[in-house]
Amino acid sequence: MATKNEVKDKTYYEHIIDQGYSRRDFMKFVTYITAYMGLETSMLGQVAKALETTTRVPVIWEHFQECTCCSESFIRSDHPIVADIILDKISLDYTLTLMAASGHQAEAAKKATMEKYNGEYILCVEGSVPLGDDGNYCCIAGRSAKDVLEESAAGAKAIIAWGSCASNGCVQAAYPNPTDATPIHKIIKNKPIIRVPGCPPIGEVMAGVILHIITFGKFPELDGLGRPKAFYSKRVHDTCYRRPYYDAGLFVESFDDENAKKGYCLYKVGCKGPMTYNACGTIKWNNGISYPIQSGHGCFGCSEENFWDNGPIYERMTGLHGFGIESSADTIGKVAAGVLAGAIGVHAVSAAITKRKEVSDHIARGKKNEQTLDS
Amino acid sequence: MKTRNYKRVYVWELPVRIFHWINVLAVTVLAVTGLIISDPPAILLNMDASESYWFGTVRFIHFTAAYIFFFNMILRIYWSFVGNKYASWRAFWPFTKKMWQNFLHVIKVDVFLQKEEKPDIKDESIGHNSVAAISYIALFVISLVQVFTGFALYADMSNWWLPQLFTWVVPLLGGDFIVRTIHHFSTWIFILFVLIHVYLVFYHDWLEGKGEVSSMFGGYKFVDKDRLKDKTKESVSENLPKTTEQES
Repeated sequence: MATKNEVKDKTYYEHIIDQGYSRRDFMKFVTYITAYMGLETSMLGQVAKALETTTRVPVIWEHFQECTCCSESFIRSDHPIVADIILDKISLDYTLTLMAASGHQAEAAKKATMEKYNGEYILCVEGSVPLGDDGNYCCIAGRSAKDVLEESAAGAKAIIAWGSCASNGCVQAAYPNPTDATPIHKIIKNKPIIRVPGCPPIGEVMAGVILHIITFGKFPELDGLGRPKAFYSKRVHDTCYRRPYYDAGLFVESFDDENAKKGYCLYKVGCKGPMTYNACGTIKWNNGISYPIQSGHGCFGCSEENFWDNGPIYERMTGLHGFGIESSADTIGKVAAGVLAGAIGVHAVSAAITKRKEVSDHIARGKKNEQTLDS
Repeated sequence: MKTRNYKRVYVWELPVRIFHWINVLAVTVLAVTGLIISDPPAILLNMDASESYWFGTVRFIHFTAAYIFFFNMILRIYWSFVGNKYASWRAFWPFTKKMWQNFLHVIKVDVFLQKEEKPDIKDESIGHNSVAAISYIALFVISLVQVFTGFALYADMSNWWLPQLFTWVVPLLGGDFIVRTIHHFSTWIFILFVLIHVYLVFYHDWLEGKGEVSSMFGGYKFVDKDRLKDKTKESVSENLPKTTEQES
């Protein structure tokens, strides 16, 4: 981390050059990051210009109830300028996991940033906030996560909710949610919040989001759930390379069958790709090497709200709470239809008994009319 | 034994009958294809993907049937404003005293099979009875649920403005998972409705012999002559030629 005075007036471009990168490296990086921001090639000039003229935007990165997989994912985003230079060396003023300082020094650094850049810094939040038991389930430097979040959110320009924890609550919010783990947007109401769900989100997606905010000073275009459209507007299913097998009705029936070996669609072994909005099918993971479906495992919808409570991972089922563990809509429907069929049978027999006089009258009258027919 | 004379009454107009049977077809196709989509059978395992498109076709049929179901519903709503009194929205309006009196009567006599101390001919419904009306309101609500959740799930595959009108449903409910669960669950309500509906139609036809089943084909039901206002004269509308309605 650079000290405040040193970096105050330097632009991102100047910092990058100071770190020993050439102009050519810089332009390559601009091309790369423009693509990952989901922008057109014609925007290259604007991105380069923005990085050349923008001075550093301070970033405070808070960690609450999380597993650090978001940070892990981010530092593996495949261009060194992203994680090492832009974030770590230039902008990141506080992240208790990665920063060199610890204890009082770290907290002092955060406090200094919050005071000096009040209303200017970006707050990145990794992890959900437990509200149960006065927030005692997650404490940092002797204070509850909620307390810490509210303090750092107060002076933030904008908030990025990294990962499913901060966006949706993730597994710690699974039923019955013992710590009352709560996503950020349900606690902070008065700040713009961008949600970048996923467990973890793809490193390049995180890079694209943060670079967009740093370079343009505003959020990328968001969808109805506050997610950047560039990455979350398509289902994993719609960009899946196994999609032709789905349309052809060729499915893996179990993980050790011939169909699995042939690489058929994983729909019937519980792939949640058709309900999951993410960029895994296009950007992929680990520098574009693969993603779960390519490795033969169905998507389990980690970037969707409540994915942890929506039925089993390896079955295509519609899980419902309050109807017994893992009962599906089909089971309930079949039982209800069976009970109903029984009730109809009972009703039919009872009707035949109780209404017998009425019906036999009709029959008698009908027979009499038949005998008196004139033909 | 009192002789009962019946008059033939035109209850279900042609648009109502057409709506009914298109709806039957659409709901059947939607339920069957919907259940196939949720749990596709393992077939055609020896074919290459390039030779087959059956699952895509099933989904295509589902979406086509959904549009038919939706537009059919719109037309029925229109007809509830211009159709006869049995087709009118007023026949479904649940906030009247008469409706609930008839509701109690039907529950007592037709569901719990009790005897009425003093049978009142006015309790015999000519169109649908009050319990049926309530069940159609419930079905209408569930149909709306299916339309909203279905088009919401479909919207991302379409650029047309109509499905795009429903994109707000997914964020409102929290994601495709829950939307799909509701969509799937509601299908079973249709199936349960059909079981009850078909049984009760047969039950009424069997018990009363007034053309309950055939009314949805020809539109006529047979109504006790005592229900007609003028019992001495021909009491059908004067617009009709007198000779057409002579049978009693």
